[in-house]
Amino acid sequence: MTIRFTKDHEWIKLDGGVATVGITDYAQNALGDVVFVEVPDAGKVLEQGKDAAVVESVKAASEIYAPVDGTVLEGNAALGDDPSLVNTAPEGDGWFFKMSIKDMAQFEALMDADAYKSFTEGL
Amino acid sequence: MGDTSLLRTPLYDLHVARGAKMVPFAGYDMPVQYPLGVLKEHLHTRTCAGLFDVSHMGQVRLRGPSIDATIQALEALVPGDIAALAPGRIRYTMFTNDTGGILDDLMVTRFEDHLYVVINAGCKADDLAHLKAKLPADITIDYLGDDAGLLALQGPETADILSRLLPEAATMGFMSARTATIDGIPVQISRSGYTGEDGYEISVGAADADRLARLILAQEGVEAIGLGARDSLRLEAGLCLYGHDIDTTTNPVEAALTWTISKRRKAEGGFPGASVVQAQLASGPARRRVGILPEGKAPAREHTEIQDLSGNRIGEITSGGFGPTAGGPVAMGYVDAGSAAVGTPVQLIVRGKALPAKVAAMPFAPHRYFKG
Repeated sequence: MTIRFTKDHEWIKLDGGVATVGITDYAQNALGDVVFVEVPDAGKVLEQGKDAAVVESVKAASEIYAPVDGTVLEGNAALGDDPSLVNTAPEGDGWFFKMSIKDMAQFEALMDADAYKSFTEGL
Repeated sequence: MGDTSLLRTPLYDLHVARGAKMVPFAGYDMPVQYPLGVLKEHLHTRTCAGLFDVSHMGQVRLRGPSIDATIQALEALVPGDIAALAPGRIRYTMFTNDTGGILDDLMVTRFEDHLYVVINAGCKADDLAHLKAKLPADITIDYLGDDAGLLALQGPETADILSRLLPEAATMGFMSARTATIDGIPVQISRSGYTGEDGYEISVGAADADRLARLILAQEGVEAIGLGARDSLRLEAGLCLYGHDIDTTTNPVEAALTWTISKRRKAEGGFPGASVVQAQLASGPARRRVGILPEGKAPAREHTEIQDLSGNRIGEITSGGFGPTAGGPVAMGYVDAGSAAVGTPVQLIVRGKALPAKVAAMPFAPHRYFKG
């Protein structure tokens, strides 16, 4: 299992050919209470850096971007009933969607945990 | 860290000490939320008591040769019935322009010898210029400016809590005001607010504001509440936010604020734009501010297009979001008069998708003002 991070504060975890995507603890903390999440349907083709999902806090809506090119395998249906999972377990049960990765080089080029930690410390 | 071009209220240090997330708002560095978070701050205010710093708002005292002259002068600028106010009573009204558009909304308190008005932070400079230009020269405009702070204590437990510090607070009527002393601090207190709950607004000298706020926050049950929850609370209460739900392009009739205009003032007019307002009162406005309840879970934000079921544009959301007490999305906006009846099905265009919604009665959370 390998995890990478984007500058938009998404994490992408690769496990046996399936990548799971969510937002980081830093991101959920900045967003505040999450009240609505719109996740993509299975089969949706994603393009790196383009809209993939939507997360809304009490105050505002934010786009979640695809960390890499690929295809959605599953959206997290649990977020429909309990969007606050994004706050309570951002890097666990609060995941947004699972996807296949088209180009592993895109994945490898993202930040690893140490690089992301340094990145957030510099913000 | 802090942006030095922003103004600070007398409670700035207190906000920072309590771990508030500070954001620019109307030129001030204001707390949008505390560590509790918007959702819990909102719910705490609805179930117990929340303290808000609203010192950014403008407080102005108007004094003329007589109270009657002052009332008459202000009535020339607002459609509200100020003459009908007994001493110590408060009314909500608005400054209108010559076409009936709303320049700002305000609270007016009539005291024995002067009027006290509270205006929006973002409109302060324009309002003061407007007053200076339009009021007779013998009316003195005393803008309290940075000399005064303003606190709002809101929620169903506030009467019990505040009466520990000021016993007479419990029996004050809704929309009344008086001067008082809390632990030696001179204040002006009113039973009013912007949440739909029972509560008080307390004007206090800047030098005493921090001590008063800490004294109130030390009472069991009181939490500090930021601007984020202030916005969701007022939205659920169906109350307008200037610059969003009302502005110079909307008049009081379209904005469903005719309840603020008395029979006498409707008949007599005598305020800027009165002919437009009177004509719309007679024939009905072309569009109306209404509540909008999305049927799904997705919030519809400001500027969301509202369509009829045939896909014709009939209006726009002016305030919308998640209502923590309503437990789902709530909104308000303007729709064509023909679609303004409660229960009318509409659709909201959110991220390119048409989402079902209905025109709904406001408030979304019942008002619980003190009726004692």
